[in-house]
Amino acid sequence: MRLYVDSTKCSGCRACLVACSLNLFQENNPKKAALNLIPHFPAPGVYEMKVCTQCGDCAAVCPTEAIKLNERGAYYVDFDECNLCEACVPECPEDVMYVRAELANAAWKCNLCGDCVAVCGTGALWIAD
Amino acid sequence: MKGYAGSILRVNLATGQISKEPTPAEMARDYLGGRGFGIYQLFKEVPKGADALGPQNKLIISTGPLSGMLIPGGGKCDWTTKSPLTGGYASASMGGHFTAEMKYAGYDSIILEGVSPKPVYLLIEDGKVQLLDAAHLWGKGAFDVEVEFKHKYGEEYQIAAIGPGGENLVLYACINHDFGRQAGRGGVGAVMGSKKLKAIVVRGTKSVEVADPEGYRKAGMALYKACKDAEGLAEWTRYGTTVVTSWCDEVGALPTRNFSAGSFEGGEKIYGQTMRKEIVITDKGCFGCPCPCGKYSHMKRYGTYVEGPEYETIGLMGSNLGIADIQAVGEANRLADDLGVDTISAGNCVAWAMECYEKGILTKEDTDGLELKFGNIEATFALIKNIAHRQGKLGNLLADGVKRAAEKIGKGSERFAIQVKGMEQSGYATHSATSMLLAYMTCDVGAHHNRAWAITYDLQVGRSLVVPEKVARVIWLQNFRPMFDVLGACRLQWVELSIDRDLYVPAMEAITGIHRTWEDMEAVGNRIWNLTRLFWMRENEDFGRSWDQPSPRFFEEPPKTGATAGQITSYEDVQRLLDMYYEQRGWDNNGLPTPATLEKLNLAQIAS
Repeated sequence: MRLYVDSTKCSGCRACLVACSLNLFQENNPKKAALNLIPHFPAPGVYEMKVCTQCGDCAAVCPTEAIKLNERGAYYVDFDECNLCEACVPECPEDVMYVRAELANAAWKCNLCGDCVAVCGTGALWIAD
Repeated sequence: MKGYAGSILRVNLATGQISKEPTPAEMARDYLGGRGFGIYQLFKEVPKGADALGPQNKLIISTGPLSGMLIPGGGKCDWTTKSPLTGGYASASMGGHFTAEMKYAGYDSIILEGVSPKPVYLLIEDGKVQLLDAAHLWGKGAFDVEVEFKHKYGEEYQIAAIGPGGENLVLYACINHDFGRQAGRGGVGAVMGSKKLKAIVVRGTKSVEVADPEGYRKAGMALYKACKDAEGLAEWTRYGTTVVTSWCDEVGALPTRNFSAGSFEGGEKIYGQTMRKEIVITDKGCFGCPCPCGKYSHMKRYGTYVEGPEYETIGLMGSNLGIADIQAVGEANRLADDLGVDTISAGNCVAWAMECYEKGILTKEDTDGLELKFGNIEATFALIKNIAHRQGKLGNLLADGVKRAAEKIGKGSERFAIQVKGMEQSGYATHSATSMLLAYMTCDVGAHHNRAWAITYDLQVGRSLVVPEKVARVIWLQNFRPMFDVLGACRLQWVELSIDRDLYVPAMEAITGIHRTWEDMEAVGNRIWNLTRLFWMRENEDFGRSWDQPSPRFFEEPPKTGATAGQITSYEDVQRLLDMYYEQRGWDNNGLPTPATLEKLNLAQIAS
């Protein structure tokens, strides 16, 4: 199972980002979300959304094995074991592996909680095999 | 205080002094946030008689307890000031992503005071706040400014900027954000321009603490579920506010040729359905919105892009100008946004000038050579530019709003200057719609629709009825609907998707830790409504019933065509509406709150 996105349906509202940060960090803070919204305005006037495909490339390079599989079969970051080395970041093909030491003392990524799907009103996000 | 950022940022543009103070707990208790914070601080801090474009006026930007939270549409912020257009209270609500960013940066309100000696912009990065030189940006359009800041600082920064309209003190200049959202009405952009503040750039990385995290998450999710389950979601999201265009045309509420009628023979060419098919390229949502009404459009003929047009712009820059061409409406919208003038007021001004021209009151000599007939698209574009730059005789005249323009030109043109209290009327023709007419007459900023959008109610219960129930409905809407502007969220989830408003009650409680029913919040709404009235009274010695009169067009000139042909509200009925309204509000016969009413609303002290 993984998260999918149809960027053409995204309206850039960021509800998914708030829901994500609330789940990952118990914070209202879209800057600590694991989806990547890239608006292209004023032209051509489209939103681009990147999401984790659960490819596991991040986990494969993690020197402390902090990136593990959860009960949903998704890779997640065990915050206690992350040392902020950033090895995972360049491995991510979708730019949704985050290390921002000024915001959090561990890396973060999508854990497939599904809250982003629950709040998206335009059907841009869904979970499937 | 849970649910609040906790601080007010005060920026003195004259001295460059920047300070922070805690958000007063009593203000949060009695006025909750947003529009409530705005009028309370405006009333307390701006001295009586202050020049709206002078150093004593302040521009107050406020978030609310729902702003930036996991709440559908929690992206509204309020811009309050003394209006240069009306001389009274101005409060403009802006969607987009600015308010969430401002709250994450730590601020419930930003109070801008004084006048800068030179053009500047305000850069806010959490606690670090700077005034920086904006000489290179002065004169630029709002879109260019936003592009420049997005390149300079990055996508995470949110920007609110004025265009040349604000710099040139067009009295209905707006403030632009996110390539197409505005704080539109009442001249808030002119006040920003008078302070020589070109833009505000903000980035916030902090969270906002809530009283009950689990309850908050549950209540927020329940609101999202209600929106997503709503029957009207697909249609509303497809067309946004333009969904009402065809309905308004059918029932005679679509402003047509300077409100001389309510149905437009070219209506189909500017309906939402036409727009969606011909120019819309994507939906564009404000912060946290599951039902985005924002439509982003590409006008191929002009090679340009705009967010919109919204229904109001279609009405005022389409049918009201006799323009049956959605690409042209979109381009007029883009010009107005980029140049920084409110499309509603500008549309009214151009329509009034077109009527003057067709009646021979204005000639080519007065219009700087423009053939200003209804339907002339190129003349419309040229005039919008002239207004924003105060160029030419007519551009400069119309930059002061339709009331002042008509007073200067005279010759009976005052009778068809469509405004209340000096603010041009928004997109509903009210020849025969008594609740909506009363809503415009008594709206606290002038002729604006959003406090009490009563037009559908008129059609439900009998459009020409003059009965106490209609008046009561308007008052209830005026107390209730603006509470969304107070809470910092959008009202359209309730209005358009008909979600149960009681779903907001547990969300508010979990966020703030204080249980409030809607009745409690409507009481706050009533207090705020009366405080805005006190502001008008304080700033204008002759304020009273004469300020609540509609344009004579709505009691003198029944439309000749369309669904409302031959229909009109009599002058006597207009006054009866006011009599009933004042009585139900607890105001005297001149429309001034009585001492007993002020006492009841806990306003006696502030009034004295």
